[in-house]
Amino acid sequence: MATAIEPQTVDLTARFPGKVTADSRPGYTGFLVNKENLVEVAAALHNEFGFDLLTSLTGVDYIAENKMEVVYNAYKTTGGAGLIFKVQVERVDPIEVPSLTHIWHGLEYQEREAWDLFGIKFTGHPDLRRILMWEGFEGYPLRKDWKEAFYEEEIKPYKSRWPEGKHILAEEKNVFHDNLNLPKGFDPEKYIVDKEEDLYASLERHTLKDEEGRMRTDHVVVNLGPHHPSTHGVLRVAVTLNGETVMGLKPVMGYLHRNHEKIGERNTYVQTIPYTDRLDYFNSMSNNFGYVTTVEKMMNIPVAERAEYIRVIMAELSRIQNHLIFVGMLINDLGSMYTPSLYAFEERELILDIFEAVSGSRMMCNYFRFGGVVRDVPDDMLQKIKDLVFDRLPAKVDEMERFLSENEILVGRLKGTHVLSAEDAINYSVTGPVLRASGVPYDLRRADPYSIYDRFDFDVAVRHNGDMMDNYLIRFDEIRQSLRILEQAVKQIPQGPINSQKPNYQVKVPAGEAYGRIEAPKGELGFYIVSNGKANPYRYHVRAPSFVNLTAVEKMCIGTKIQDFVALLAMLDIVMGELDR
Amino acid sequence: MDNEKLSLPNYDIPEDMQDVVAITTLDRLYNWGRRSSVWPLMFGLACCAIEMIAAQTARYDMARFGMEVMRPTPRQADMMLVSGTVTKKMLPVIVRLYNQMPEPKYVVAMGACASGGGPFKEGYNVVAGIDKFLPVDIYIPGCPPTPQALIAGMIKLQEKIDKESIKKVRWYNKEKKDGNYVPMPILGPDLIDVRRNAEIRDISAKAAVLKESA
Ligand code: SF4
Repeated sequence: MATAIEPQTVDLTARFPGKVTADSRPGYTGFLVNKENLVEVAAALHNEFGFDLLTSLTGVDYIAENKMEVVYNAYKTTGGAGLIFKVQVERVDPIEVPSLTHIWHGLEYQEREAWDLFGIKFTGHPDLRRILMWEGFEGYPLRKDWKEAFYEEEIKPYKSRWPEGKHILAEEKNVFHDNLNLPKGFDPEKYIVDKEEDLYASLERHTLKDEEGRMRTDHVVVNLGPHHPSTHGVLRVAVTLNGETVMGLKPVMGYLHRNHEKIGERNTYVQTIPYTDRLDYFNSMSNNFGYVTTVEKMMNIPVAERAEYIRVIMAELSRIQNHLIFVGMLINDLGSMYTPSLYAFEERELILDIFEAVSGSRMMCNYFRFGGVVRDVPDDMLQKIKDLVFDRLPAKVDEMERFLSENEILVGRLKGTHVLSAEDAINYSVTGPVLRASGVPYDLRRADPYSIYDRFDFDVAVRHNGDMMDNYLIRFDEIRQSLRILEQAVKQIPQGPINSQKPNYQVKVPAGEAYGRIEAPKGELGFYIVSNGKANPYRYHVRAPSFVNLTAVEKMCIGTKIQDFVALLAMLDIVMGELDR
Repeated sequence: MDNEKLSLPNYDIPEDMQDVVAITTLDRLYNWGRRSSVWPLMFGLACCAIEMIAAQTARYDMARFGMEVMRPTPRQADMMLVSGTVTKKMLPVIVRLYNQMPEPKYVVAMGACASGGGPFKEGYNVVAGIDKFLPVDIYIPGCPPTPQALIAGMIKLQEKIDKESIKKVRWYNKEKKDGNYVPMPILGPDLIDVRRNAEIRDISAKAAVLKESA
């Protein structure tokens, strides 16, 4: 591991006196930057201090202090702890903060998200439109004074239901008897529907003429999705085409925006664990992992030794299963319908059997708790895991690779297409296997170890071409490394309690903030949580790898063929539950 | 061909002719044909869609019931499997797809979300159940329903088809030509169900009872 500069040693206050102050609120870290100096400080962080990877941006609405805050998390791809910096502005509309997309391109969608949900206007942003909700939606939902139509109380458990247990249908309490929140005096018949002109205007579009100005060819606008067999869920992409070549491309998302963060801010800490299952629904174990480690960091509690091993075992099994499905789906999208994915699903079922045995559910495991896990792994299950890890999976992975990787069509379609250079990948905040396929050996299990990953002997899988072929092959490399970790973990797992805490419905989380992140199968999964000492988080933000990785898609696609785009979507390995949250 | 299902009981067909001759009613023949090839619309919304895919794979193999032919186009589909959370933003698309499906068509609500909003019901962008807009034939409980539960739901749908009669089904009913057409909802300041336009206008005019919108 590269020796990292600890955040304390980066003393921004000394470098920018008067422009930057240390964040001295109890439980908070990092720096507060004056809005006027934000661009200057950010440029210095990027160029002088080497914080090349800006992973997460989010807003926080401090309504009591009448402040709106934007929180940035910057890291170095050489590893080590990161730096948190914030900018605070008066909470009076228009709330304006300069955009930093010209320094870190990866902020493009995240700034749009903050605009959409908080109404923070990023001046200088190239394309500031709503991203998760539709244009014309009323209000900014994550502001603390914005109430949803089925609003009952600020925090759960709601008094109406606990302890008396009387439950009234939410519909009965709303004046419209539905999940509706319309302004006063609204007349639906007079409403003019937004025709998405802004979206189409944001696409590159030219009218071409020949030299004499006669033959005019126009670019065609095509909408892929939200109902499209290849978009892996409900993603929509608007493209302009010149023949088959992509000239402009804009993803449109939010078709599965389930208001995870708003619900998470109403929930108690424990109640949110099952919701995290539904983020990246292929990997509920990893999502649990990320969330509980973040909250544990705030609570400052130890994790039971046996539980640490169980966690690692489950997370790595989840990664294997995810990458197997990835391979199946990628090849599916390349036109080899079903056969490889059927093989992948066969192995996945065996892993899901283990999840079901330990947690009770195949997909939505809800297995982690603060301080440990909820149930022990019985010995016969451990034996089953050993059989999988030592015998079956290595052979099956080799078999899959032997059958697929040298296939002429596969190589022909993947080799050399959609190359993403290392610089671009970092600048677009791409993380996970896609970043490592571009030649950046950045894996949080090594670069910023969490849990007990520092005890295992494994290599960070890395490939150097950044094309689709490398992205495909790196998944096999990662499966093999996960198997290596698993081999060590199942041998070393000790006996003992599985939770360091007593089972508890409510936990005490001291006031403060924390950004916790783990290496999920799809990239860096981060949770930013602000606590004010109450039973529920004041702010709960999920930094979803699928969402941020998608930022690079526009850059990767312009000038390529539309049919390769379908493969590219599979290669980015997006999952809508996490992308739209 | 499964003669037992097709033939009416109580008719003695000589054993050597049982493979060639069947005595049955028109309804039974018609229903038998349709129930054995229900083609779902290939269409996944959320987490439940993954279990839907799993139900197609080797271990569960929905093909055993004639239901594996997923059609990505609504024009060729008989059944819409609403597999996941229906959001307000997605709803107009779902309604349009439904309207584009030819009759006879069925709707299956898979999972807690599609049936009634599920864990995300309180969300501001979530429609609490697809049955607010489409006529649902079968509800499958679960979050997500296991593949076995999905298959059980499909078998229930087949049982429902078995009970239909050509004389009564809505798609041969001349008076009710567009009987199943659902008007497209609009995305305004919030989701607007155009069937309720007058009602919505009345309620929002009564400013006193209306909660202040942010
Ligand atoms: S019912 Fe559960 S599994 Fe199905 S879409 Fe809803 S949250 Fe996901």
